[in-house]
Amino acid sequence: MSDAGNAPVEYLGLQCPIPLSEYPQVTLAHGGGGRLTHALIERMFLAAFRNPALEPLHDGAVLEVPAGRLALTTDSYVVSPLFFPGGDIGSLAVHGTVNDLAMCGARPLALTAGFVLEEGLPMDDLWRIVRSMARAAKDAGVSVVTGDTKVVDRGKGDGVFINTSGIGVVPPGVDVAPARARPGDRVLLSGRIADHGVAILSVREGLAFETTIASDSAALNGIVGGLLDALGERVHVLRDPTRGGLASATNEIAASARAGLRLEETAIPLADQVRGACEILGLDPLYVANEGKFLAVVAPEVAGPALALLRAHPLGHEAAVIGEVVAEHPGRVFMRSRIGGMRVVDMLSGEQLPRIC
Amino acid sequence: MTMRFVDEYRDADRARQYLRLIARTVTRPWTLMEICGGQTHTFVKSGLDRLLPESLTLVHGPGCPVCVTPLELIDRALAVAARPEVLFTSFGDMLRVPGSATDLLSVKARGGDVRMVYSPLDAVKLAQRHPDRQVVFFAVGFETTAPANAMAVWQADKLGLANFSILCSHVLVPPAMEAILGSPASRVQGFLAAGHVCAVMGFREYEPIAARHRVPIVVTGFEPLDLLQGVYLAVRALEAGRFGVENQYARAVTRDGNLPAQALMREVFEVCDRAWRGIGVIPASGLALRARYAGFDAARRFAVGGITAQESPLCIAGQIMQGLKKPHECSAFGTLCTPEHPLGAPMVSSEGACAAYYHYARTP
Repeated sequence: MSDAGNAPVEYLGLQCPIPLSEYPQVTLAHGGGGRLTHALIERMFLAAFRNPALEPLHDGAVLEVPAGRLALTTDSYVVSPLFFPGGDIGSLAVHGTVNDLAMCGARPLALTAGFVLEEGLPMDDLWRIVRSMARAAKDAGVSVVTGDTKVVDRGKGDGVFINTSGIGVVPPGVDVAPARARPGDRVLLSGRIADHGVAILSVREGLAFETTIASDSAALNGIVGGLLDALGERVHVLRDPTRGGLASATNEIAASARAGLRLEETAIPLADQVRGACEILGLDPLYVANEGKFLAVVAPEVAGPALALLRAHPLGHEAAVIGEVVAEHPGRVFMRSRIGGMRVVDMLSGEQLPRIC
Repeated sequence: MTMRFVDEYRDADRARQYLRLIARTVTRPWTLMEICGGQTHTFVKSGLDRLLPESLTLVHGPGCPVCVTPLELIDRALAVAARPEVLFTSFGDMLRVPGSATDLLSVKARGGDVRMVYSPLDAVKLAQRHPDRQVVFFAVGFETTAPANAMAVWQADKLGLANFSILCSHVLVPPAMEAILGSPASRVQGFLAAGHVCAVMGFREYEPIAARHRVPIVVTGFEPLDLLQGVYLAVRALEAGRFGVENQYARAVTRDGNLPAQALMREVFEVCDRAWRGIGVIPASGLALRARYAGFDAARRFAVGGITAQESPLCIAGQIMQGLKKPHECSAFGTLCTPEHPLGAPMVSSEGACAAYYHYARTP
């Protein structure tokens, strides 16, 4: 997932299929619906995403659906810069939507991909992004089955915006919802926080640290599937702390469940360099975005096995029990600080802004 | 995972030792003021304020650069930032602070070119890169940010940049401490001085204040253990009836401070009377550009010096920053005034006392 832009991709040519000599940049005509649009779809999108549902290039895809309830989600990706350490907008657009499905307890079936391209986007950049999307989808075991492309005037987009929608199936015996957290439940976190937000910020603002901080962008359906297979309904809540970070995710759980959450600051995994960057910038890592982590609220009797399961997975080897659900202070999250005091963990108001001194 | 220069100052065992030591030392009620908003946030965020003895009252000082910037200066910044030829740069913290009618983020949303920078020198670089634009930097802050802002002006002058200017509202800590101590309503009996201000300025200038007002002043850092040690030194002095300046933050602060930084500040700035938001004009409490550098004054260049403003009568920010009231004693706190709809800057600034109480300390 992290090296999609550079690693050899056996099932696809590395060469951009729209020869540079023809159209080194995206033009308005690529979205006009004519011959250039078709060339783009067939030679780039179909070549990258090829699968039986997409192949007819019809207006929509027709899917076989296994037993269970359907989960449906959509998300739009507008990240700047388009390429960052640990991923790019393409892999992010797959991981984000796959994870939204996984957090519903669903097994992802298929994705759609809508591209809004800015006139002048280098065709090679688009090819890198599409290739990265295809690889991320393949790794997550999900197909891109239908899509759409529009081109906007130069200056009216930020290179490329991607919308992905996802459909998945919640198997029988799985019932996750924020409202199911109840007093006594344990709160597990799958790994270190704040990598993604700090990685993006350090590229965007040109901040150099001793080592590169990479985004944690990853598809979580595998590790989540393992947890649900083993523990079923005793997994009460799943949540990925993306925008707004761990603080917002835990607050949302507390609000939905009308219960309180108590966290332990010392139990929350955080990489030294990310912590250092947050210290320098005056950011609170609890509010910084993640793209490859999740919270699991589980019945207390399965906290041990759940932790062991997470730690046995490559995406969860730093998993930790970071707190519990309590009956007190419903709707509010409290945290015992490193130094032993208690503080409120509040929802984020607006964006976090670096301070003056 | 441990982090050098961070974890040793957040050690829970040592913190407990200091808390016990403070509890044993305090025999009477005392009121201490921590000057800097960063210190306020550490107290409240780590929950230390609730672990201290009840007879010890902490009041929060004026050391939040965003909070003390007068409303009319923010209105002037908004007027400059809205001009089509201007590329307006600011520290991030200033972007959300409400002026009379709007804030910088809203000016940006309406098409103003407002950018967040991490250093005023980045604004100088922008001016070099965009010779066709007027680049303005919003130069606010205490003695901590003054050297870098002085450096930006000094460099712009050396580079002959005609398209760079600063909107300056620099303030100085010692005159504000004098004003607080001189106020008949003041309850403050000792200070935790702002460690980073002293890293630049040293602490010589605090010695006459301590002597004149017979108060202990402890130069204090920003980590939990720094603050606990600072509190301990202050209450130990109070209990013994001693006054004077002590330096808890010796790893960063010397008596003389950073002399080259001070020299650069004196080169570019001169001391002036300055209005503090919610407090009023304090004599000789600010820095303004010297006549030689007056060409870099954005207020003059864009003729916004005449803009005046009226504070919300509901906001008691001035009383909070003088330690006369605490945020939760304000009738608007958390109801009429929230981070989403702030009446005053202390509710939005990351160093504001009201924001600290709102985010970290609302009781369950």
